[in-house]
Amino acid sequence: MYDCLLPEFVVERREDSCIRCRVCERQCANEVHLYDTELDRFFLSEKDCVGCQRCVALCPTGALYVHPRQADYRPNSSWTRDKMQNLKKQAATGGVVLTGSGNDKPIRVYWDHLLLNASQVTNPSIDPLREPMELQTFLGRKPDTLKIEISAGKAKLASEMFPNVPVQIPLVFSAMSLGAISYQAFKSLAMAAKEAGVLFNTGEGGLPVEMRDEYADCAIVQCASGRFGVDLDYLNSARIIEIKIGQGAKPGIGGHLPGEKVSDYIAQTRMIPLGTDALSPAPQHDIYSIEDLSMLIYALKEATNYTKPVSVKIAAVHNVAAIASGIVRAGADIVAIDGIRGGTGAAPLATRDNVGIPLELALAAVDKRLRDEGIRNRCSVMAAGGIRSSADAIKAIALGADGVYIGTAALVAMGCTLCHKCYTGRCNWGICTQDPYLTKRLNTELTSQKLVNLLRSWSHEIQEMLGGLGVNAIESLRGNHEHLRGVGLEEWELNILGVKGAGE
Amino acid sequence: MLVQKYYESERFVPDKEMDACGLFGVMHTGGVRFGGRMAIDAIKNMKVRGSGLGGGFAIYGLYPKYKDYYALHIIYQNKNLAAKKIVETFLKKHFYVVFDEEIPTNPDIRLFAPPLAWRYFVAPQKSGVEEDVPDDEYVISKVMYLNSEIEDAYVFSSGKDAGVFKGVGFPEEIADYFMLEQLYEGYIWTVHSRFPTNTPGWWGGAHPLSILDWTVVHNGEISSYGANRRFLEMHNYYCTLHTDTEVLAYAVDLLMRRQGLPIEVVAKIFAPPMWEAIRYMSDDDIELYTALRMTYAPLLMNGPFTVIVAHHNEMIGLTDRIRLRPITAGARGELVFLSSEEAAIHAVCPDLELAWTPPGGEPVVVRLHTKDHLRSLNKSI
Repeated sequence: MYDCLLPEFVVERREDSCIRCRVCERQCANEVHLYDTELDRFFLSEKDCVGCQRCVALCPTGALYVHPRQADYRPNSSWTRDKMQNLKKQAATGGVVLTGSGNDKPIRVYWDHLLLNASQVTNPSIDPLREPMELQTFLGRKPDTLKIEISAGKAKLASEMFPNVPVQIPLVFSAMSLGAISYQAFKSLAMAAKEAGVLFNTGEGGLPVEMRDEYADCAIVQCASGRFGVDLDYLNSARIIEIKIGQGAKPGIGGHLPGEKVSDYIAQTRMIPLGTDALSPAPQHDIYSIEDLSMLIYALKEATNYTKPVSVKIAAVHNVAAIASGIVRAGADIVAIDGIRGGTGAAPLATRDNVGIPLELALAAVDKRLRDEGIRNRCSVMAAGGIRSSADAIKAIALGADGVYIGTAALVAMGCTLCHKCYTGRCNWGICTQDPYLTKRLNTELTSQKLVNLLRSWSHEIQEMLGGLGVNAIESLRGNHEHLRGVGLEEWELNILGVKGAGE
Repeated sequence: MLVQKYYESERFVPDKEMDACGLFGVMHTGGVRFGGRMAIDAIKNMKVRGSGLGGGFAIYGLYPKYKDYYALHIIYQNKNLAAKKIVETFLKKHFYVVFDEEIPTNPDIRLFAPPLAWRYFVAPQKSGVEEDVPDDEYVISKVMYLNSEIEDAYVFSSGKDAGVFKGVGFPEEIADYFMLEQLYEGYIWTVHSRFPTNTPGWWGGAHPLSILDWTVVHNGEISSYGANRRFLEMHNYYCTLHTDTEVLAYAVDLLMRRQGLPIEVVAKIFAPPMWEAIRYMSDDDIELYTALRMTYAPLLMNGPFTVIVAHHNEMIGLTDRIRLRPITAGARGELVFLSSEEAAIHAVCPDLELAWTPPGGEPVVVRLHTKDHLRSLNKSI
């Protein structure tokens, strides 16, 4: 299809180690390895290699080595290899260059420039192995005040509360739709969320009917611009309903699941005809302004009898703070902010790499704006997009988030190696594909256990850091900028983050 | 908002001060007024808990003659007379000042940079849009204005029939400086001795901290300060003194005075039970405690603290949820004591009848004409 495109990876085989078991050949959906029985020899199609490392990981004798092919063209800081390859692809097809996963450009990762505090002398640090260390968080709107009645010396709650959803750890799996990811991957997320006492997000691809009884208690269901799979039963099979306005990886544009991927099962779940393209329009066509959003929020609340918080997810864009404030005033109980490093199953490369702003700055700006307007308690703020570790998560909470969405990190825990080829449907790890030959590589029992382990290790790490700070409840760190310091940041960046420089 | 109003970014909000301290409080539940001897001697007994960089007293039942007027204790740092002029012009505009005088001091006591201290007995003089504002709200907004807008002027206390005397020095020096033992009587005395760890003392930063007739003396470091401060800013409390104690004082005012919650409930907001404990409560209590923790999560005071909060008719002692700082209660007849150390109570009341240590998060509530303080006795450790 492409002329003169250089391979991105070099595949090396140590002939002396190779035992001709042909695992590599079977595992590679891109058909990089081809074995010729007559010649007893492997042929390579290096140009098809995406560097997913599946063959390397599964080679029983460690005979394979896949690494990026360096400096083919004359080195050039401006006309990089990426840029040139893209031009050639465009010249060949006249199409939009696609990509998957999250932004890989060296846009400053603020998490790496923020450092946490710890107790010394004046207050004791707390040992989470010996003392309770509470991470439970409630997502939803909080009242301004409570009415308490005292009768016979006993206090009793007299106010009615807004619906709130507890999570045992302030970590929630990001929206990844069935269709974008495989059923096995989707189910693994649901199983892990249930076991760990957190939530998973269905994304916009619906929730299979047979999963509803078992996983409704840990599901966030999305109502996106395509309205796939949305009906009353779907909305009521959830703890939280999320209106998806935008996605960090592709702010301002919609989605496209090609018809080839719309199998019988996916067609049923999404409530669309078999084999038709599933197109999510760029805007929600019933939301052209903030009051339209408010109408949808209340329509969803009416439909579910005001029993579920409604979340609105937006991409972090330039005036995100003002938008978030409008969303809260429109009646949303949760605002989810998805930063520029958020992942995707498929997006135009130009959009993914160039549209939006980093989550850290957006989060600090949104939290400050909501506090300045005195409405921060009316909503929970979820931070999404490029949370890579427990440290990133705890820093997000210190910057003002109630909870953190983790998407890419969960995929990596399932096996993903960030080859960025999610849009091809040939995921060798069985995650981002609908090919049954590939998806059966993912065992839901084992995979969900990996996810549970991930959550457990993050929560231990968060507890350690929290104890070190001398607090024993996560809410005491929320928005507590005093426990953050910046290094290597410019003054304007510190000002936006609302964080002092280290040593200040 | 503080940040919006005074700083371009939260980055410029000054660091809070940190300190460790000694606390003592004594109340006559019959409402009988008494002198300062016990409070002074008790805090002297805990001398190592202070470093001479801050001490102070709050006294209730202080000005029976002017008990219907707000008593403003205002200090002018560096004896700044220009600030005094601005403040007095402001007071004349917004209040009826029925009497004012310099707070008498003993010139023989040498203290670090004593400011000019003045007291004003005032009644609100409301006009225009403020006509309908309740008196207390009105006074608070004016006090907030003075504290945050006028350089070198700080309102130490603003309650009726109560007052705060504090400064840089050991508490017994402060007592001598203001001649507390000779001049004043009250039915509640709370006292504080300060051991700041990151700042030299300054007069405004000494305890008790106060708003209206609420006073707080506090020992410890509130590690959740940032989260607490930001929540209070949403309710228009500006933490201009940058101490942990200030957040406590404002949180008490917000929850108890403005939102009308009883102290027993407020204690469970500052030092809530663990989720693990809530799980095993009765259904009603699960509902109540879950709602409290959800709604008031930003007011959880995390980190080690002990606090004695007082206002008219009540003195309350509370320690943090895992009791990282000590507090002891004692009683003899109608006198009830709260102290950082039990020894200090015995020192001033040798024939003490009861002494007990409440568990973390369990308030000792001493109320006028009741025996409510004994409720914490059967939960004591």
